[in-house]
Amino acid sequence: MATEDVALAASAEQSILSKPDTHHQTPQSTIVNDFSIQIATVNGSGSQSANSVLLRSIFRMGIPVSGKNLFPSNIAGLPTWYTIRASKDGYVARKKEIDILIAMNPETSKEDILSLPVGAAAIYEESADLKQFRDDVACYPVPFDKLTAAVCPEAKLRKLVKNMIYVGVAAQLLQMDMQAVEAALRKQFAKKVKAADLNWAAVQAGYEYAAANFTKNDPFLLQPMNATEGKIIIDGNAAAALGSIFAGCTVVMWYPITPSSSLVENFIDLAKRYRIGPDGKATFAIVQAEDELAAIGAVLGAGWAGARSMTATSGPGISLMAEFAGLGYYAELPGVIFDVQRTGPSTGMPTRNQQGDLLSVAYLSHGDTKHVMLIPGSVRECYEMAMDAFDLAEQLQTPIFVMSDLDLGMNNWMSEPFAYPEKPLNRGKVLSAEDLTRLGGFARYKDVDGDGIGYRTLPGTDHPLAAYFTRGSGHNEKALYTERPDDYVHNMERLSRKFETARSLMPQPEVVQSGKSRIGLIAFGTSDFATRESRDQLLKEFKLDTDYLRIRAFPFSREIHDFIASHDRVYVIEQNRDAQMLSLLKLDLDAKDIVRLRSIRHFNGLPLDARTITDDLVSQEGI
Amino acid sequence: MATNPVPSAPLEAPRTPAKTNRIGLQVLDYRGGKTTLCAGCGHNAISERIIDAFYEMGVQPERVMKLSGIGCSSKSPAYFMSRSHSFNSVHGRMPSVATGALLGNHTMKALAVSGDGDSASIGIGQFVHLMRRNVPMIYIIEDNGVYGLTKGQFSATADIGSKLKTGVINDLPPIDTCTLAIQLGATFVGRSFSGDKKQLLAMLKAAIAHNGTVLLDVISPCVTFNDHEGSTKSYKYMQEHDEAIDEVGFVPFFQEIDVEYDPGTTINVQMHDGSHMRLRKLHEDFDPTDRVASIAAQLHAHANNEVLTGVFYINTQQPSFTEMLNLVDEPLGTLPDDRVRPGRAVLEEMMQRLM
Repeated sequence: MATEDVALAASAEQSILSKPDTHHQTPQSTIVNDFSIQIATVNGSGSQSANSVLLRSIFRMGIPVSGKNLFPSNIAGLPTWYTIRASKDGYVARKKEIDILIAMNPETSKEDILSLPVGAAAIYEESADLKQFRDDVACYPVPFDKLTAAVCPEAKLRKLVKNMIYVGVAAQLLQMDMQAVEAALRKQFAKKVKAADLNWAAVQAGYEYAAANFTKNDPFLLQPMNATEGKIIIDGNAAAALGSIFAGCTVVMWYPITPSSSLVENFIDLAKRYRIGPDGKATFAIVQAEDELAAIGAVLGAGWAGARSMTATSGPGISLMAEFAGLGYYAELPGVIFDVQRTGPSTGMPTRNQQGDLLSVAYLSHGDTKHVMLIPGSVRECYEMAMDAFDLAEQLQTPIFVMSDLDLGMNNWMSEPFAYPEKPLNRGKVLSAEDLTRLGGFARYKDVDGDGIGYRTLPGTDHPLAAYFTRGSGHNEKALYTERPDDYVHNMERLSRKFETARSLMPQPEVVQSGKSRIGLIAFGTSDFATRESRDQLLKEFKLDTDYLRIRAFPFSREIHDFIASHDRVYVIEQNRDAQMLSLLKLDLDAKDIVRLRSIRHFNGLPLDARTITDDLVSQEGI
Repeated sequence: MATNPVPSAPLEAPRTPAKTNRIGLQVLDYRGGKTTLCAGCGHNAISERIIDAFYEMGVQPERVMKLSGIGCSSKSPAYFMSRSHSFNSVHGRMPSVATGALLGNHTMKALAVSGDGDSASIGIGQFVHLMRRNVPMIYIIEDNGVYGLTKGQFSATADIGSKLKTGVINDLPPIDTCTLAIQLGATFVGRSFSGDKKQLLAMLKAAIAHNGTVLLDVISPCVTFNDHEGSTKSYKYMQEHDEAIDEVGFVPFFQEIDVEYDPGTTINVQMHDGSHMRLRKLHEDFDPTDRVASIAAQLHAHANNEVLTGVFYINTQQPSFTEMLNLVDEPLGTLPDDRVRPGRAVLEEMMQRLM
């Protein structure tokens, strides 16, 4: 790139860009349903529909599939890569090696093809003549413009339709089920029949060109399976929005920031569809704020007034919310904050992935402040934990942070369908006017039940004893201003007790163990996918059996302590430079267990892949 | 109140039945805790007028929420209306908290107290956005031109040439929150003086009757840090420079209108709740429904070293923010589960669509 280096092809991960060995590939057997496709395009070129059709066609063939959009922080003109991984074994992490390249971006095509491993395949614009760079890759040059012009008389649509040509070429080469492709395409365009017809013609043109001109010279094939029946495809932000709708969230105040914006945008769509009464009146209020300070302020104000409220943001927004987060903790205000993490620090790489906000969120704000974090590891958990978060916020009367990330939030994932919530909303300890009459009053911050959680009243409660004074300054049990040392300590210790109550209410970790292995792995969020795959690699390639625990929340439950204590070495796998989760564990563990911890980190902005974990662990184990 | 100190009761029980307002409450029911502000602080006088206004208007205190930021002024909600929920939030960020609270329960009356530092300096960002949304609430700036709690630094409403006790002279122009509010979309804007009981009370009662953002900039001298010679926010300066643009009269909806007015000199404004505000023009050509004229009057006053007071702008037609959101009639916060959680069929339909 002349102006900005947003290189992202697999080659950019290696320190030196070198021409690979060019000895000829040996004749190979077929590789079925287990490879990755990378589509290199320019952002703003409208390739998303084509990529989605390709992904959903594979899904419709019953083959486990995942897609990742690797895009620059830019609207149009910079390189973008979309990777699709088909995996008969159900692996959904990023695969480090690209098996099939569809090179649609002349700016990066040379670099793209050089990054391929020996034996890969490349589909590219004929005029680029990429074969000159690699004679160890199966090359399929396509005259895209000529084919597009033939099926699309309208010149201004050609840029979009052109992308469908590669769908057809890939479908032919991979021997895809064309019924599945057509069904996926027609679903994609839904009611726009004309557009669907035009695009389908382009797919067919690509298919026919490939059939007439190419001799297949690569091992990759797609064959129907039965592994996606009844499954859905959704991104994590849409799933979290859905969860928020079913959690009965009523107030949303937000400031747009990548990669969180689509969470609220999905919520807006859903709310308009399902939360407006027959009289046209809304059971929700959504306000685009002037900044993240206002967003969190309104969320806490709404929570104080009794509403289920939320905002969605990313790292820079979290930084701005710091002061309010402390108020929320200390004045004990419910609210839900979705942090769809991206690469920091500062503006960082806004469209790249990271699990980099753990430490800052856990202790966000000044003074002795700590927060509850829920950490979804799948789209289904984005949905479920959104609902958990609203319940916990009101139960614990504190802000709850849901720690998603770009990879989970913005990419499409397969999932079992989501279940309808069976439990009623848990609105926490709220006293009504009748309660106040019965009790003869209340003290807002008194620990009546021994769990550190007081009873609150909502503004508008029709009782002369209902009101109390909420403040971020020192307050006693009766919510009166105080600077008395004993009052302050008493209150802070109660808040600590409340945090211990939170520990017992957190979603339990997921544990996979044989009980025989001395090595434990700990991962969380989107590090889970690669960790699962790595465990299989370790077993298959190195006969190394590992136990596994996936953290789902902070504060840590006892099971996490027990898991660490029962293994000699525990590798904490995470996507940040400073081993943030490991640091949080250290603060929580007995000293004798801290020494068991090892760290595997990945923080280059790309989603974590299994090979990175396997290589690192094998090296640390000295195998 | 169980949670706030009950204001001291009179030593002897009154012989005659206590005076009550139209909903049967005594003025005592509108009082708050004992003030901890300096003796003579303008803020205390404003608190008294707030008590009077809400008492006289017969507003149920439980239907009011009080909001504030940080500073001397923001402490004052503790000193009035203890039967109202109150939220003393973060410095400069009260507008967002108030907005959220009103979204959570838009059936409440919201009364916000802020200061010139809290609104015009650290909080100017949230202030302007609250004004442009026309959030239905009363927003009082207790304006003394200095920071009190941090001991006397200038705020952004300090006038050019105004002198601190230490002798430092302010050479930057002030932010005129009223002009800003009119320009941005607030629908009831005025300025008063903590020392002008009559005007302030009438304006507060009219504010209660309004539906939309009411911005009242109340000059409220700081007796400790800004009441000296050379200050433009002192009692003395206000007595000499207070220039009323209109005389504010108010007839609440529950009172029969028996006062005649001259349509040639007085503008009669019918308020949202049926009350009437009467603005007798003291300045020729003044029209409080004309934003441009109103802003021009402010600029002229600044040039003449006058502190313009009275109601500057009123618009009773503009829908408030919560009306624009077209919310259901009940508070969002306490809607029952079945009104906020869609049914099983909705999820099933969604899942089908995603397959």
